Amino acid sequence: MIIKILGAGCDKCHKAVENTKKAIEELGIDATIEEVEDLITMMKYGVMSTPGIVIDEKVVLVGRIPEVEDIKKIVEGK
Amino acid sequence: MTNIFSWLNAQLLKMEWLFNLIKLLVEKIFGMSIESRIGGSIHFFIYDTIKIFILLTVLIYGISYIQSYFPPEKTKKILGKFKGLKGNIIGALLGTVTPFCSCSSIPIFIGFTSAGLPLGITFSFLISSPLVDLASIVMLISFFGAKIAIAYVIVGLILAVVGGTIIDKLHMEEYVESYVFGIQSADVELGEMTKEERHKFAKAQVKDIIGRVWIYVLAGVGIGAAIHNWIPQSVIERIIGKDNPFAVILATAVGIPMYADIFGTLPIAEALFGKGVGIGTVLSFMMGVTALSLPSIIMLSKVVKKKLLILFISLVSIGIIIIGYFFNIFQYIFI
Repeated sequence: MIIKILGAGCDKCHKAVENTKKAIEELGIDATIEEVEDLITMMKYGVMSTPGIVIDEKVVLVGRIPEVEDIKKIVEGK
Repeated sequence: MTNIFSWLNAQLLKMEWLFNLIKLLVEKIFGMSIESRIGGSIHFFIYDTIKIFILLTVLIYGISYIQSYFPPEKTKKILGKFKGLKGNIIGALLGTVTPFCSCSSIPIFIGFTSAGLPLGITFSFLISSPLVDLASIVMLISFFGAKIAIAYVIVGLILAVVGGTIIDKLHMEEYVESYVFGIQSADVELGEMTKEERHKFAKAQVKDIIGRVWIYVLAGVGIGAAIHNWIPQSVIERIIGKDNPFAVILATAVGIPMYADIFGTLPIAEALFGKGVGIGTVLSFMMGVTALSLPSIIMLSKVVKKKLLILFISLVSIGIIIIGYFFNIFQYIFI
């Protein structure tokens, strides 16, 4: 599973990365987390409000910081 | 009915209870009259600071909750369905409810434009977003009353619609940086947020926005307190008073490069208004500060070429100046 966190280095985005890492750790699954800061790549996903989260090339969340539980739910729903 | 309304307005929005409470504090505990200079400044500072932070917290929460229904990704889809003037109007209206700070203007500009939205509609949205948002409407009611707030919203929306329409008619597409059109932007399919998620979003927005603007609010209230009690009325009247025909232009020119939001600007506007500056001059200053700022102009310059950038700045500035003169001339209707 590849999880991309979209956001241009804002505080909110760092928090989103942190929470995602925690969620993955707690779930004990194998996933790569990539941070995407490039605006054009973000646009290709259609994400205008950051942070955005993309799991396996599908946008699952935009414009807010997900909590650890939120990410767990999304990942488990996959 | 009107009595209930005016009581609610006085207590909830203008917060007369707080005014009286702080008056008691200054007079009984600090032992100063609020008619005195220092006492008056202290009263203005404490009262305005507390009032703004209470309003900010309540407003940002409520408005973020509404805004969670209109993320830019969804706005883009809605706007794609409209063309022409209707599109400009819907763009301007959606600008008032979409979560927005100047930091997201570029992603939104690229997202909208690369999705094939007409440039004019995107600009209507970009003009109205910082200028007329829901929070500023309630703040304006609190500081200046409902009539002025409603008039402000209407002229702000008209400015956004007219500005966007002119940009549309002038066919400025070639003045957008060409890489923008090369981006294939996808539509995001998102599930509806749950109530709890909206609540969390709104709470996070309150924390985030207050964390960002508190310093501007304190600076604004500080300047407001200084104007209120220390700068003689005659000086202010001479510079931007009703007798100076260039007052509106001067206020706009000072406001434009400033980067602050409406929350920090209001106490300054309030103090100027209290010193007899025309309401149009005050509104021009506020609109200049919120609609345009150096950081947002610099960001926009990365996606549009000089000619379009200059057109955008000129349209908005001229619009703000016209609005200022309009309000000054018809001041008697609003006060």
